[in-house]
Amino acid sequence: MDNLNLFIRSIFIDNMIFAYFLGMCSFIAVSKNVKTAFGLGIAVTFMLTVTLPVNYLLETYVLREGALSWLGAEYADVDLSFLSLIVFIAVIASMTQLVEMVVEKYAPALYSSLGIFLPLIAVNCAILGGSLFMQQRGFESVWTAVCAGGGWGIGWLLAITAVAAIRERVAQYSNVPAPLRGVGITFIITALMGIAFMSFLGIKI
Amino acid sequence: MANKSVFFNPFSKDNPVIVQILGICSVLAVTAKLEPAIVMGLSVIAVLAFSNVIISLIRNTIPTNIRIIVQLVVVAGLVVIVSQLLQAYAYDVSKQLSVFIGLIITNCILMGRLEAFAMANRPWPSFLDGVGNGIGYTIILVIVGFFRELLGSGTLLGFQIVPQCFYEAGYVNNGLMILPPMALVLVACIIWVHRSFNKDLQEKQ
Repeated sequence: MDNLNLFIRSIFIDNMIFAYFLGMCSFIAVSKNVKTAFGLGIAVTFMLTVTLPVNYLLETYVLREGALSWLGAEYADVDLSFLSLIVFIAVIASMTQLVEMVVEKYAPALYSSLGIFLPLIAVNCAILGGSLFMQQRGFESVWTAVCAGGGWGIGWLLAITAVAAIRERVAQYSNVPAPLRGVGITFIITALMGIAFMSFLGIKI
Repeated sequence: MANKSVFFNPFSKDNPVIVQILGICSVLAVTAKLEPAIVMGLSVIAVLAFSNVIISLIRNTIPTNIRIIVQLVVVAGLVVIVSQLLQAYAYDVSKQLSVFIGLIITNCILMGRLEAFAMANRPWPSFLDGVGNGIGYTIILVIVGFFRELLGSGTLLGFQIVPQCFYEAGYVNNGLMILPPMALVLVACIIWVHRSFNKDLQEKQ
């Protein structure tokens, strides 16, 4: 039950884009049309759902202070937490490489439209941010990590698809001042949606 | 490309933040005050320049399939050095910035420049490209930080700028400026001004 709550909270209240403003670079650049945006959203959701539990297991059984005690009593006071940043990013980078190869093989059209932003998933702040939040909040089990990762990913997917849909309409029907066209107006749309999503902050389910 | 244009293009015409749209997350996170914005900018210049040089030196020996991991390990190592240096010589600022220095690893500018420039160029142009892009990033950080601190807290670098008699006459600081969405709006305004002067950057309707 708690995990379900956490899942819903991660989608709406702790939304990666509108509450924490993480993963903005690819969000701004890829939200030009709904189809590509949806593809990248799926990739990010997958990455978050996979890397969070993997990093959780590493954190619990290798990195945390006293985590190595299952090796024997003499390892009980080993603290490897200074390595956590590098380990997390290495896990994320190798998973990205995997996703990149799979997408290139099975969906070449999506691969060419995502362009440089597929390798950039590795440095998508939302994914490292997810792992760091997981470390900071001290989740209880792998399932909690899976639920939070999935929730954050779906929240990101929701946000990028919604903004992409708004951008498609804006490009068709609105007379935006020429210098603001494209990127500029997207920043303002995101800012307004961010202010709207702030009303979710502090709500307890 | 001539070294001079490699160095000066990122200042305005090819600015990493407002033209290439990279590294937005940290622009939102660190610019509520001017001082962390400046320190963050300097750290990014250092990490960007040296990671560009290192990757450029070993670019011919990196297997394509694992290049992202190699790049991230180089960047993560440099970020750890920068954060240790800041803790040793500028402890107060590093305390203010602690989380954001770690987030340099996921700053998209780094991966973007490594992928797009350092993987294909010799070390000296790569160094100039790194410093140039770092300065372009710092310019935007400083402009956004200047306006947010001035309008949001009435101070600059911690010194009171708005005189006390203004407050007595009923002037109130704009609390909205401290919130992250306003950084997005400010960046949008910078893009607006920048593109009204650089008409070739404007997007077609």
